[in-house]
Amino acid sequence: MSTDKKPLLEMRGLRIEGFSDEEWHQIVKGVDVKLHRGEVLGLIGESGAGKSTIGIAAMGYAKPGCRINGGSVHFDGIDLTAASEEEKRKLRGSRIAYVAQSAAASFNPAHKLIEQFAETVVEHGVGTRDEAHADAKDLYAKIKMPDPEQIGFRYPHQVSGGQLQRAMTAMALSCRPDLLIFDEPTTALDVTTQIEVLVTMRDIVEQFNCAAIYITHDLAVVAQMADKIMVLRYGETVEEADTRKMLSAPEEEYTKSLWAVRSFRKQQAAPPPEPTPLVRVDNVTAAYGPVTVLHEVSFEVHRGHTVAVVGESGSGKSTTARVITGLLPPRKGDVYYDGTRYPRDYRKRNKEQLRQAQMIYQMADTAVNPRHKIREIIGRPLQFYLGMEGAEKERRLRELMEMIEMEPDKFLDRLPAELSGGQKQRICIARALAAEPAFIICDEVTSALDQLVAEGILKLLDRLQRELNLAYMFITHDLATVQAIADEVIVMLEGRIVEQGPKDQIFAPPYHKYTDLLLSSVPEMDPDWMDNVLQERKKKGGMEAAGN
Amino acid sequence: MNDIARMLAQRLSLGLLTLFAVSLIIFLGVSLLPGDAAQAMLGQSATPETVAALRKRMGLDEPAYIRYFTWLGGILRGDFGISIANEREISELIAGRFANTIFLALMAAVISVPIALTLGILAALYRNGFFDRTVNVVTLSSISTPEFFVAYILLLVFAVNLPWFPSLSSVNPDMPFFQRVYVCMLPAATLTLVVVAHMMRMTRAAIINLLASPYIEMAALKGIPRGKIITRHALPNAWAPIINVIVINLAYLIVGVVVVEVVFVYPGLGQQLVDSVQRRDLPVVQACCLIFAATYVLLNLTADILAILTNPRLLHPK
Repeated sequence: MSTDKKPLLEMRGLRIEGFSDEEWHQIVKGVDVKLHRGEVLGLIGESGAGKSTIGIAAMGYAKPGCRINGGSVHFDGIDLTAASEEEKRKLRGSRIAYVAQSAAASFNPAHKLIEQFAETVVEHGVGTRDEAHADAKDLYAKIKMPDPEQIGFRYPHQVSGGQLQRAMTAMALSCRPDLLIFDEPTTALDVTTQIEVLVTMRDIVEQFNCAAIYITHDLAVVAQMADKIMVLRYGETVEEADTRKMLSAPEEEYTKSLWAVRSFRKQQAAPPPEPTPLVRVDNVTAAYGPVTVLHEVSFEVHRGHTVAVVGESGSGKSTTARVITGLLPPRKGDVYYDGTRYPRDYRKRNKEQLRQAQMIYQMADTAVNPRHKIREIIGRPLQFYLGMEGAEKERRLRELMEMIEMEPDKFLDRLPAELSGGQKQRICIARALAAEPAFIICDEVTSALDQLVAEGILKLLDRLQRELNLAYMFITHDLATVQAIADEVIVMLEGRIVEQGPKDQIFAPPYHKYTDLLLSSVPEMDPDWMDNVLQERKKKGGMEAAGN
Repeated sequence: MNDIARMLAQRLSLGLLTLFAVSLIIFLGVSLLPGDAAQAMLGQSATPETVAALRKRMGLDEPAYIRYFTWLGGILRGDFGISIANEREISELIAGRFANTIFLALMAAVISVPIALTLGILAALYRNGFFDRTVNVVTLSSISTPEFFVAYILLLVFAVNLPWFPSLSSVNPDMPFFQRVYVCMLPAATLTLVVVAHMMRMTRAAIINLLASPYIEMAALKGIPRGKIITRHALPNAWAPIINVIVINLAYLIVGVVVVEVVFVYPGLGQQLVDSVQRRDLPVVQACCLIFAATYVLLNLTADILAILTNPRLLHPK
């Protein structure tokens, strides 16, 4: 780490405001950032903390509808708040480069990867198109993309999410910038892919001696990447310190609460299983058109138990949920509720059968009708399943709102848009409860939420389970959540169950090979975690190679 | 590529089905008209015997479904029947007229499509600015004015006050190409004024719609200039809706030119249709309608296919 007198990037008293609901709101309220060459700064905070906004302000850029309204941004002696559009444009991509959260959305679907790489090089006059192509292949090889000579000639939809994210990191390097802005670059990836991308990005920063700002809400990830960490909340700095110090001895209450989130554990052990399982999935094989996505899946869920289904995207977790609810009739196999075989197609199930299994989705935003008031959203299943009307319905509505810890008088007549993400998810829980089911499928219900809010939802679900003796099937890719709430765990890979059993048994050695990969890929708060994992894997790989 | 072939086959068969339905509607519609072609040809003074004889000769005494299939069978062989008015082969009668209509439509398209695209792109680039507003006001005014009115204004200015162009656009098959272009200038300009607004606004809207996409922001953060962001990053992804509107307007240029043809006395298919309706020349009316319908279906089919072909996900499967 160099300690030049002059920082590469210096933001002083940065203020940014955004226009919404007919008025300007202050998003960033006076933040100071100092960054030297070779340093990586981690910006961490919940959504709405202003971390992305600060990140791209380092490029002198404000998102449409936002503007920098105070403070200064100096990059290598250039005042970006005073620079002309043309001056700033010449810096962007060439000296300061950006790696976006979703590579799938940030690559233009109409152009090949390598052309999007070359575009920046040619535009900034750094080299010709042919030189850029050669350099791209070189970089693709360096970051260990498969088939580096050819992969650039594919379109974005033709490569996987992890490869795309690495291609985007390569693209950011095309002009050998001095400063890289990583904006939640691994949030959309599976853990097993995430670790590869993280390694790539860290090597890049070291090899090319860039400075970097790493924006994330995941503490364990930032612990691997950053030299120092800045915690943000409501557009203000909470505290800033070196990574090790910040992790071992955070000073502010808010930072401590962030650090403590992952400590939540289920309150009590599950009741002993009854002889007949509440839900039994029996040898189910299912397909979308000609593609078989589930292969002979069998498992049981008992009353009062939580079964966590884990696996990467595309492993068949959500498809299993669709089969259980009858949305996707299986090719083979059946689903039994309380010992009774249910029709495969939900259209052939009666109201009573439909009532038994309810769902809560990942995106609460899209799972509620934006034009319905909360009263209608929760009241509809009361009316539909239980035939409640008038005073009886009103009484039950209020009861349900109390259950999800939201004041009935304040919220019943609001629209979803007037609620926060966590509140919307609570409404979805109330809607599921309204049908009085014994079984609820939670499909990634906390994935879109901040950690503190997510913890609140998990606590609520846990309490409801104890009070109402509910059974949950909890679909997630987040192993910390599994640790927190599961009684039994099912590990899925490519449409098959590779391992299942009680949580303590799955999460203790000896591990199944894939479970081991999954578990060892989950970042830990220890800054040395990634190096240790890499060494461990190298050793194992060596042993296996020697064994063969 | 298999997916594309399947999709093309699907669209093609749907198009044919539509055409079949349209032919049925045209035939039924014309049959429902009061009066009788034989009576109309022979006039009021004809005796019932001669009318009956003519009906038999024309096949009008057959039941409707037999007449329909005879008509349809003829069309499949390229035989549209015989005009009642002058007893000539309809196909021969319409061929030249149709060529003229296509010529005028193509000329209007060649002028209007580039203008609309350029204006749309510029309006998107300088959106909500002075240029954008001016273009919007001008094109909207021209589309809101009835086309015959636009035509007469153009005639008044460019044929009467400034005698630059002829007021009658009479063309004949032997005319040299540039002479023909010159004669058609005023009707083509009228059509251009009518269709440009729609295409330009869709181009603008389709591009602006995409400007909120993450890959557009990415392009800006890569330091790509604004003009190139629009032409290289937004436009290639905006083709599908733009092509649709362009094609609908092309169809309008061919099918909807009746008024303009009448004003400029241009010998096209629209004028033919108007004449034939006046003379109760029903076989010709049927033939014209069917040609118009076929053009419409064919162009929309082309739009669908082009929209599919500009989608990189379909063009370059995994």
